[in-house]
Amino acid sequence: MPGPRRNRTRTSRKPLPTPLPSHRGRGGLLDPRQLVRALPDALRKLNPATLWHNPVMLIVEVGAAWSTVLAVREATVFGWLIAFWLWLTVLFANLAESVAESRGKAQADTLRRAKRATMARRLPGWEPGREPAGGTEEAVPAPQLQQGDHVIVEAGEIIPGDGDVVEGIASVDESAITGESAPVIRESGGDRSAVTGGTKVLSDRIIVKITQKPGESFIDRMIALVEGARRQKTPNEIALNILLAGLTIIFLLAVATLQPLAVFAKNTQPGIPDTATLNGNGVTGIVLASLLVCLIPTTIGALLSAIGIAGMDRLVQHNVLAMSGRAIEAAGDVNTLLLDKTGTITLGNRQAARFVPVSGVEESHLADAGQLSSLADATPEGRSIVVFAKQRYGLRERTPGELAHATWVPFTAQTRMSGVDLADTGEVRSLRKGAATAVMKWVRDHGGHPTQEAGHLVDGVSATGGTPLVVGEVIRHGEVTGARVLGVIHLKDVVKEGMRERFDHMRTMGIRTVMITGDNPLTAKAISDEAGVDDFLAEATPEDKLALIRREQEGGRLVAMTGDGTNDAPALAQADVGVAMNTGTSAAKEAGNMVDLDSNPTKLIEIVVIGKQLLITRGALTTFSIANDIAKYFAIIPAMFAAVHPSLDTLNIMRLASPESAILSAVVFNALIIVALIPLALRGVRYRPASASALLSRNLSLYGLGGIITPFIGIKLIDLIVRFIPGVS
Amino acid sequence: MGPTAAGALFALSLLVAVALVHRPLGDYMARVFTSRHHVRAEWWMYRLIGVDPDGEQTWAVYARSVLAFSAVSVLFLYGFQRLQSHLFLNLGLPAVKSDLAWNTAVSFVTNTNWQAYAGESTMGHLVQVAGLAVQNFVSAAVGIAVAIALVRGFARSRTDKLGNFWVDLVRGCLRILLPVCVVAAVVLVAGGAVQSFVEPQTVQTLSGAQQAVTGGPVASQEAIKNFGTNGGGFYNANSAHPFENPTVWTNWVEIFLLLAIGFSLPRTFGRMVGDLRQGYAIVAVMAVLAIGSQLAVHGFQLAHQGTVPTAVGAATEGIETRFGVANSAAFASATTLTSTGSVNSFHDSYTSLGGAVLLANMMLGEVAPGGVGSGLYGILILAVVTVFVAGLMVGRTPEFLGKKIRAREIKLASLYFLTTPALVLLGTAVAMALPEGREGMLNRGPHGLSEVLYAFTSAGNNNGSAFAGLAADTTFYNTALGLAMLAGRFVPVVLVLALAGSLAAQRSTPVTAGTLPTHRPQFVGMVAGVTVILVALTFFPALALGPLAEGLR
Repeated sequence: MPGPRRNRTRTSRKPLPTPLPSHRGRGGLLDPRQLVRALPDALRKLNPATLWHNPVMLIVEVGAAWSTVLAVREATVFGWLIAFWLWLTVLFANLAESVAESRGKAQADTLRRAKRATMARRLPGWEPGREPAGGTEEAVPAPQLQQGDHVIVEAGEIIPGDGDVVEGIASVDESAITGESAPVIRESGGDRSAVTGGTKVLSDRIIVKITQKPGESFIDRMIALVEGARRQKTPNEIALNILLAGLTIIFLLAVATLQPLAVFAKNTQPGIPDTATLNGNGVTGIVLASLLVCLIPTTIGALLSAIGIAGMDRLVQHNVLAMSGRAIEAAGDVNTLLLDKTGTITLGNRQAARFVPVSGVEESHLADAGQLSSLADATPEGRSIVVFAKQRYGLRERTPGELAHATWVPFTAQTRMSGVDLADTGEVRSLRKGAATAVMKWVRDHGGHPTQEAGHLVDGVSATGGTPLVVGEVIRHGEVTGARVLGVIHLKDVVKEGMRERFDHMRTMGIRTVMITGDNPLTAKAISDEAGVDDFLAEATPEDKLALIRREQEGGRLVAMTGDGTNDAPALAQADVGVAMNTGTSAAKEAGNMVDLDSNPTKLIEIVVIGKQLLITRGALTTFSIANDIAKYFAIIPAMFAAVHPSLDTLNIMRLASPESAILSAVVFNALIIVALIPLALRGVRYRPASASALLSRNLSLYGLGGIITPFIGIKLIDLIVRFIPGVS
Repeated sequence: MGPTAAGALFALSLLVAVALVHRPLGDYMARVFTSRHHVRAEWWMYRLIGVDPDGEQTWAVYARSVLAFSAVSVLFLYGFQRLQSHLFLNLGLPAVKSDLAWNTAVSFVTNTNWQAYAGESTMGHLVQVAGLAVQNFVSAAVGIAVAIALVRGFARSRTDKLGNFWVDLVRGCLRILLPVCVVAAVVLVAGGAVQSFVEPQTVQTLSGAQQAVTGGPVASQEAIKNFGTNGGGFYNANSAHPFENPTVWTNWVEIFLLLAIGFSLPRTFGRMVGDLRQGYAIVAVMAVLAIGSQLAVHGFQLAHQGTVPTAVGAATEGIETRFGVANSAAFASATTLTSTGSVNSFHDSYTSLGGAVLLANMMLGEVAPGGVGSGLYGILILAVVTVFVAGLMVGRTPEFLGKKIRAREIKLASLYFLTTPALVLLGTAVAMALPEGREGMLNRGPHGLSEVLYAFTSAGNNNGSAFAGLAADTTFYNTALGLAMLAGRFVPVVLVLALAGSLAAQRSTPVTAGTLPTHRPQFVGMVAGVTVILVALTFFPALALGPLAEGLR
């Protein structure tokens, strides 16, 4: 192949994000049936032993239980209603979590189907390079396979475990895990050697070296991940939990210490009769429980774990598996994105972009010669010349058999040329296309003298970062030989569509993009300018990559990268977010903390957005939750104390009908808002790439200001209804 | 010029003066705490207390030094008062009873200066000068030192060292507090404040009665009382006493002194973290809250409904006529916003809503601008909490000045903002539940409740001003308020130092477009909002049963 070699090549099956496979549920709106299905699980979660991990909701449950006891002892409609709605509050919180989990469960079921019991054909004592003798094969149940075992898998069989192909090549149906039905090629050696247990060999025969430990296969891990069985709280979630616990304690204190003040207020005015909210013993237990539940941050407390599960789930819907929640959060924090040029920023291969003839040669003539000489070149570059000539000059692609008397000279790495010899009544026309030095030498060997102009053209293409291929022509007419250079084909990397906009978005989000390439600095510069990345690393070796990551991290930055090769493994492990391609080697998958099943390196950008969305959803709902408290105070304080201090009725700005209706409305609102926000928690708040300042303004006005106003309206509306309940008005 | 215009001019001129001084004073303090040079007097002191001034301390050692120094100070001050009758310059006053001595010792060491006693009839000159005034200096310097340690936590990276407490303490006293107070005392003497060691003089009053007038080293105490945001007056009447605060212009000077350091420290902070804009943002938060509070107190004092205020045109009860309503409101607002607690009028006599604002000023956690040092670290904690919520909303692990706010940081910040509300609310509830607590109230009904709430708010936030009206010199109140002051000071101090330690240990994250900017008006508004909402949400029920029940119509 002509031109400088890349250190490795990769073809991307899917250059841009694909629509989700149908069997994975979409995020978005909440299906009421989902709620019903999640109900039994939600009821099970009422068990305090499972609820204790959520202190906010545990307090609500204690309040609900306490209210129930009080309602039993002194049965009033008001008391029972409050107790009922407090229980509903806990239930709604559980429901949110169950709904989030149920989506994962559905995916886990699909995966389990892939994990059918298979028998493996183990080859004991087999060594690479040896033909397996028929007698040495033994049948072993897949779960009993050990690391390092060799198994043979033939067409129609299921691969029994994760491993690397050590011999053979096969097409494999990986739809069980990727949801993608098109088969993929897996072959020994190189970066496409990894196979996953549970996938099916469609053709040929391969020998696989098992790399997983028993019970720790990729599918096992996937099931555990999507089911949330191994879900651990992420660092930010822990920090937020602490803040919520702090706020809960404050409100617990504010409510608990209110009692002596209330007793004092009541007893200094003995003439005022007892009310449903306040008597000589202070505020009634039911009202205190209501006040406490309304004040503690129940909205976020109820939805926090659902948000985390849904975040993980959104990644899975993008066909990305995060090995830990920590990795998703880190993705939101990423400062530097390392992107491989090939397959990520540019299409897989260089393509012909221009025919540059020397003076005296028609461009169409050069195109024709270029096409003819490339027909026998099966490399992607050669194909691109044929395609380009067809698209640009309308030259029909000719098949090798079509032309009579044509001798095809295929491309080899030794000659670095391809071409054709066309014999036509005494005249033999030879065309060659290939690396500049090779073709020029060929022309000179046939007595031609490449002009200085040709040299300039070659240099000109190189200078812009392109790869020049030279087309030469030799015409033998009897003894007379004419040899000349026709011109230069300009090959260049083609930047994927829309990359510049994406990098601009990254920049507004404060993320620096660095292109990694094995190209020389000149080429790298040209492509990075065209793609609009912030920086590039040219002639990069795996060590350079690792060093770059270390350097960035030393400066306090978080780095994300994708990789698939074994030589990427150290860098993947070092990066804060390392996304391994599913097509890559086991070593790469082991080293990264995420795996992209679509093997689409551009996905990194979506992963960053999902990470940010997760944090924003938490922050927004926390703000909303706290902002809600203002309205609740305006509902409950006058309801409790207006009897003893009529002046406090001034605070009843919502003009709620009665103390009972006010408190009930606040409690009902508090419960309903959880259900109303479940879809938001599952979907995540809308995220548009913007600067931190713009994002904050938007979210503050939406969830801060909105959080202050919404409950005023909501509580008033609920009051308009509950005031008609006898015993509440 | 009408009284309203004069009042506005008075407040405005203060604002201008503080704005003018905040830069040079802030820069000067930054130099004091970053300089490597020790002056001779300091060397001598370090040798005396046996510390190596160039050896830096970890947060734990720093905290231990603060606690040890303060514990010794409390013991010393307690003993001093108990042995007063055996000492010279005691004006013939007896030893201070034990519960009051405990309360006073804690009060002065914690920079609270709650006074359950009448200065002139309880403390002799020696205790005033060698005991109380000394604590006025060192307790203020301790506050500044802790704040500086926190600033170093932000400014430094990947170290466990926060500076040396003893160096910070000595420099704070010698290089900042002492020089300014010497000048200020002379200015106050020039204005008519008293400075002497004479025995009480007996004079004949206009009505013919005999009265013993106590003189003493008043002006010197007055200077540090305000500059160090202490607030413990020489006389029971505090800054309403003509010997402490003779004229309108000394009143101006005193208010200026109590605002000066608090508003300048954000500049020191900006200077030390290498980004002046961060300092401006913090000072802006303080200013927004302070100006809002000033306007509110003024408004309520001038326009509150009620028979007498309506007839007179303003709430004049409990106000010194030589200052007037506006200048008293300015003082009251400044003294409650700065955790000073000196008073030139009686807060108990303020309109209910005016009094509610003064209460709320303290409930803010003394951050606008707060006590010397404590105001800065208080507001930085609130900024940390704000950054946490705001940071999540921009989709990143929250960062403040390049330091990530994670579980440990938020744990310490949460405990910090829990401490004072817990003390205030629990204290008030206990007092209202016990007959000993209720007996102290002068008024029944909501106003009585306000008196108790005010006392615990003042003690828990280390303000020290009294609503008056509460008979506080009882065993119950002396003990309970003493405990509130002690915990209200040192629990937060330890938490702040722990936070400083974990911040200093972190490496600094570079700023990008994705980083939440903490120097814009947006952030200023948000910190102010979080501060106010946190207070409103915590104290709203208590305020509703106290001043709001009384003041709303």
